[in-house]
Amino acid sequence: METLWFWLVSVMLAIYAVMDGFDFGAGILHPFVARTDAERRQVLGAIGPWWDGNEVWLLAAGGSLFLAFPKVLAAGFSGFYLALFMVIWTLIMRGVSIEFRSHLPDGMWRSFWDRAFNVASLLLPVLLGAALGNVLRGVPVDDTGYFNIPLFTDFGTGNPVGILDWYTVLVALFVLVTIANHGALFLAWKTDGPVHERARRFAWPLSLLTAVLGGLATLITATVNPDIYANLPHAPLAWLGMLMFLTGLALVFWGLFHNQDRLAFVGSAAFILGLLAASAACLFPVMLKSTLDPAWSLTAHNAAVSPHGLRTGLKWWAFGFPIAVAYFVMLFRLHRGKVKAAGDSEGY
Amino acid sequence: MSDLVFWHRLQFGFTAAYHYLFPQLTMGLALFIVLFKLLARRTRDERYQDAARFWIRIFGVNFAVGVVTGIPMEFQFGTNWAQFSSRTGEIIGQTLAMEGMFAFFLESTFLGVLLWGEKRFGRQIHDLAALALFVGSWLSGYFIIATNAFMQHPVGHRIALDGTYQIASFLSFLLNPWALAQYAHNMIASVVTASFVVTAVGAFYTLRGAHREQATLYLKTGVVVGLVASLLVAFPTGDWQAKLVAKHQPVTLAAMEGRWSSGPWAEINLIGQPDVLNRRLDNPLPVPGVLSFLAHGSFDSNVRGLDEFPAEQWPTNIELLYYSFHIMVGLGTIFIALLGLAAFLLWRRRLARTRWMLWLLTLAFPFPYIANTAGWMTAEMGRQPWLIYGLLRTRDGASHLVHDGQTVFTSLGFAGIYVVLGFLFVFLIMHEVAHGPVFAGPATGGHKE
Ligand code: HDD
Ligand code: HEM
Ligand code: HEM
Repeated sequence: METLWFWLVSVMLAIYAVMDGFDFGAGILHPFVARTDAERRQVLGAIGPWWDGNEVWLLAAGGSLFLAFPKVLAAGFSGFYLALFMVIWTLIMRGVSIEFRSHLPDGMWRSFWDRAFNVASLLLPVLLGAALGNVLRGVPVDDTGYFNIPLFTDFGTGNPVGILDWYTVLVALFVLVTIANHGALFLAWKTDGPVHERARRFAWPLSLLTAVLGGLATLITATVNPDIYANLPHAPLAWLGMLMFLTGLALVFWGLFHNQDRLAFVGSAAFILGLLAASAACLFPVMLKSTLDPAWSLTAHNAAVSPHGLRTGLKWWAFGFPIAVAYFVMLFRLHRGKVKAAGDSEGY
Repeated sequence: MSDLVFWHRLQFGFTAAYHYLFPQLTMGLALFIVLFKLLARRTRDERYQDAARFWIRIFGVNFAVGVVTGIPMEFQFGTNWAQFSSRTGEIIGQTLAMEGMFAFFLESTFLGVLLWGEKRFGRQIHDLAALALFVGSWLSGYFIIATNAFMQHPVGHRIALDGTYQIASFLSFLLNPWALAQYAHNMIASVVTASFVVTAVGAFYTLRGAHREQATLYLKTGVVVGLVASLLVAFPTGDWQAKLVAKHQPVTLAAMEGRWSSGPWAEINLIGQPDVLNRRLDNPLPVPGVLSFLAHGSFDSNVRGLDEFPAEQWPTNIELLYYSFHIMVGLGTIFIALLGLAAFLLWRRRLARTRWMLWLLTLAFPFPYIANTAGWMTAEMGRQPWLIYGLLRTRDGASHLVHDGQTVFTSLGFAGIYVVLGFLFVFLIMHEVAHGPVFAGPATGGHKE
């Protein structure tokens, strides 16, 4: 049961990364691929129907973590206290900038919100990437099961650790590049005209950088948290994840090369999913590794609620999840085809 | 600060109160939009379509702020109330996750269709989206209130050996009688807010002589729906809530009314200032029997006073609790009177010419917001000193490793951001209202420049 919920939560988080990832990425590239107001509205029109729903994956994943592993949620959220509020404030700024921009035709108003949207979209993958780095490295969970980590210490990965050190910054950078690339591929797929061309032009170097940084981060993780690789032989799912992200990466390049934009985007999605799946499989059952004493780590076993609670959750989850997926399939069908520079960005 | 949880409480209370300014209009307006859409289908009258379009635009701005202020709420359970979350996750995590899965996905999926899809997807799908938004927002209200109701009146749980709360009966938790009463009262209160807003815009346009047809429509629907909702909010739903409080939180009831000693013919005080140190109420203006009736259904029944309970069980801020409750009930009574009169004028076909009444209706829209906030303050401060009533104290639920330097910092940050957000919101709404219900062809979310 705990294992199942560990995977349900992981899958929801991975879906979140793929879904909100593309609209973050579009936001990062926004000033570079879109020059005129019509083009900017085109980019916003492409992600407009999605971003709020994408964010709900974060809420739903958080809610599922809450119900299945409340100890992890409690320790993690209070431990990353300040960093999380930065995430929250950035999410506020971003949501507001997307929704408020269109309401006034004024040039100054719009360029202000464009900038806010861009900065917020850039900060979020960095912040969430640093969080991923922290989970991979471990945090100072104490014997009561809690921690409170400073934003930075000496930027080394040894105790006392901070949220930002050279390793987590590297992971954050890797995530930033991956997400920017994901957004570029999304825009290449979903737009036409100059925005499409520019997005494709960005996708090439970004894909290469993703591959290089990805390799680097994987290698270095082995030195920062050796446990992860020690798990590999007993984690068949990790191999599956690795297969998935390598295939994904190959698809990205193949798609780019053959002008198959949709395929390239799907490849990028598979890359992100596979990467997160492989990481989760290698970490399992640890959810928050303690850098102080491995015995204090929070795991899927010692942080889960009672089996009855998990079963109760599963009962409605089995209804809710397919419905949620159905909404997204419906949205994709409603919004199939490319968003044009002139007409379709109606409302942005 | 010596009080360890002061800043956690202040921050959570402030952000929750702020968040709720927006959903109350969302939920109420969703009903109005569905209503206008229904009337449009029935009568094939384009005026109703235009009314729906105009309110959808207001809805869009309001919804966006509701979403961005709601996200922090979800996080704060973990960041600020870690001990509480860690112990109760098995229970309240269920409803919070269900809210995301069943309500927020529904809302966010159809929001875009509602805001921008009329031209692209046709009227049928557009009407469907309005309905989906209504169902989604009213569902999300239920899940969050069921969560809150568990904290007010815990049922369906079992306390494990390690102090965590486990589900004993999922259904009794989900159908908590407290949740049903709270939901009924709260949702109708949100319709009151929306009615006042719709009415205010109608009255404002009428005073200015602008958009005549639409103005009349808003005025009419707003006043009629508002009167019905104002009556329902007092009776039976407010009364139902009061009975539950009397039964399960008798100390809270005594504090809400500033009542120190027990006795029959318990009065409600129209005015009066509680003096907690000396255990008395200054300058009271009592109406005997009303509290007895609210609490137990007969005018001469006994209502217990605070003296019967040890002081450590008293709510921690009796003064504010007392005023919150009185503001809510006082405003509720005024709403009935005001809208009753307006409905009378409407029936005599004089409303559109009665300028003083139109002025009153234009200026009245902030008051349901105040009543709603006061109502939540009553509920939440009345729950003190408990986080889960009778079981877990508020001070035992906070994140013990998060220190004041952090909570003060983030509270100040929220204060700053929310002030700016508030200004922007008001500015945009004023812009939409000034633009008015004018459409060239099917509506779009923003204007079509
Ligand atoms: C327009 C808003 C509004 C108006 C006019 C009223 N209420 Fe209310 N009331 C609320 C909005 C509200 C609320 C914000 O919706 C609350 C907070 C929690 C809840 O469920 O509803 C609430 C809570 C609430 C509670 C619960 C307190 C607790 O849980 O401790 C009681 C006993 C009442 N109300 C009673 C009344 C009565 C007798 C009214 C008679 C006029 C009344 N309310 C008018
Ligand atoms: C939206 C309307 C709401 C408002 C205006 C509101 C207001 C407040 C206020 C003023 C406090 C501080 C009370 C005190 O310390 O004296 C508070 C505390 C709290 N509320 Fe609410 N609340 C709302 C809804 C909710 C809901 C729906 C939940 C649960 C799902 C909730 C959970 C809490 C928690 C966990 C605390 C902190 C612990 C405590 O002080 O008891 N609130 N709220
Ligand atoms: C303190 C506890 C609360 C939490 C944790 C919370 C959480 C949230 C979140 C995360 C959202 C954004 C959803 C999205 O992204 O689409 C939201 C919006 C919303 N919330 Fe709350 N909320 C709280 C209090 C309330 C209360 C008391 C109500 C009403 C009964 C309410 C009703 C709504 C509705 C209808 C929305 C849709 C957006 C809007 O109306 O503006 N919430 N809430």
